[in-house]
Amino acid sequence: MPSEPKHIVASFEADLKKLRDMIAAMGGLVERAVADAATALLDRNPDLAARVIELDAKIDAEEHAIEQFAVRLLALRQPVADDLRHVIQALKIITDLERIGDYAANIAKRSIVINQVASSFTLSGLGQMALLVQQNLKSSIDTIGEASPEKAVAVWRADQAVDDLYNTIFRELITYMMEDPRNITPCTHLLFIAKNLERIGDHTTNMAELTYYAITGENLPDFRPKGDHTSAYIHNVDA
Amino acid sequence: MEAAMEIASHKMSTQTAFPAPFAQSAAGPVPRVSIRNLNFYYGATHALKNVSIDFPDRQTTAMIGPSGCGKSTLLRILNRMYDLYPGQRAEGEVMIGGQNVIDPSVNLNMLRRRVGMVFQKPTPFPKSIYENVIFGVRLHERLSKAELDERVEWALTRSALWGEVKDRLHSSALGLSGGQQQRLCIARSIAVRPEVLLLDEPTSALDPISTLKIEELVDELKQDFTIVIVTHNMQQAGRCADQVAFFYLGELVEAGPSSQIFTAPRERKTQEYITGRFG
Repeated sequence: MPSEPKHIVASFEADLKKLRDMIAAMGGLVERAVADAATALLDRNPDLAARVIELDAKIDAEEHAIEQFAVRLLALRQPVADDLRHVIQALKIITDLERIGDYAANIAKRSIVINQVASSFTLSGLGQMALLVQQNLKSSIDTIGEASPEKAVAVWRADQAVDDLYNTIFRELITYMMEDPRNITPCTHLLFIAKNLERIGDHTTNMAELTYYAITGENLPDFRPKGDHTSAYIHNVDA
Repeated sequence: MEAAMEIASHKMSTQTAFPAPFAQSAAGPVPRVSIRNLNFYYGATHALKNVSIDFPDRQTTAMIGPSGCGKSTLLRILNRMYDLYPGQRAEGEVMIGGQNVIDPSVNLNMLRRRVGMVFQKPTPFPKSIYENVIFGVRLHERLSKAELDERVEWALTRSALWGEVKDRLHSSALGLSGGQQQRLCIARSIAVRPEVLLLDEPTSALDPISTLKIEELVDELKQDFTIVIVTHNMQQAGRCADQVAFFYLGELVEAGPSSQIFTAPRERKTQEYITGRFG
């Protein structure tokens, strides 16, 4: 795609660039929060978990700053067409990013609890899910600054794999709980962690949809690759 | 790219991919004015190039574009203003109510009764407010004093001026403010009950409040008239118009619902113009 000509009003151009930079910075913080939360869980590192929880306040502050800046841009510049779409994208994406930050903080909190309870089973499934979620999140954030609808679509589709992993982990954790009631406490926390990761995946998908809209002016179809079937799951004890 | 294309084509199959200008209005309101393959020449200068566009009935169409793009020229064709100047000619089809109005046999007086026009600067005649409103009516209709009074009140009410001038109908129109004068010109235009009302940058000489009053008026008037407005004010086009047509270098680049033009224009040129990234 050839590069857009610059705006005649240079300060408007600068404002739009600043908005993009702010989103990228917030995206960076959120990526770090998710990565550190996963590491804190897998490496049993409560200090790192504490830092993730602290980071959440910073992410929230970034959200407010971007929101204020975007509202100012709307009021003073009255953007239209792709400029308008990018400001709207920014306003909505920061909500997704903020929620992802919340989920990361929640994972970190639960990892501290899990660390205090002895558990014999492996976390490799969760580790794999966390890795996939991080990859998709990174791609989704990278796509924000690029004029590439095809990359946005690729991220949008990639969430299916996360959902599949979540279904597997869900069943696995239920099995652990049935084997030994002492597993119920850690496994419940792990279930929530898996759910948090799955939700992060959904917000990542939302962000890709917003990016696609900002670039093309078109909405992606209403159906999206969603594969979380656990809400309908019944464990048959007799089986 | 394939994935994106796949989705794009999926979406487009439910609607026309790249509709001809105003194809979308074909399913909606009936066009009041239907222009096909219109070309216009100022002597050797080719000022409008093969323009085809419909102005739907009782809707507002805004024409935008940089100076010299042909939007005012198009307005001047609709009521044959160009006839006043030698060397200017139009070719093609401009159908208003089943008649090609650029046909030389068309009665210009009748045409201008059907197609009213308001200009950038208010142009009140140095006469009373009453006489200004009734000026065109007197040319076309024989009405009793009571009927004339009624028509004046109707036109001034429709143009949101009645309350402000009803006690001084016989004082000079030149004593009105700029915004009032412009509303008076609109009253004068609609007093002959035209089908189409052309507004050529009607608010560019007005303060913001007078501008909003005119915009509100346009919104009211489209219940009765088909309105075509030329404006340099993008926000105004967005606020007033149901449809927006973007012209560049004598060509119609893109026309569509205002909401689409200002959120997701199809053409790159339109996007560059409305976002202020022009050449």
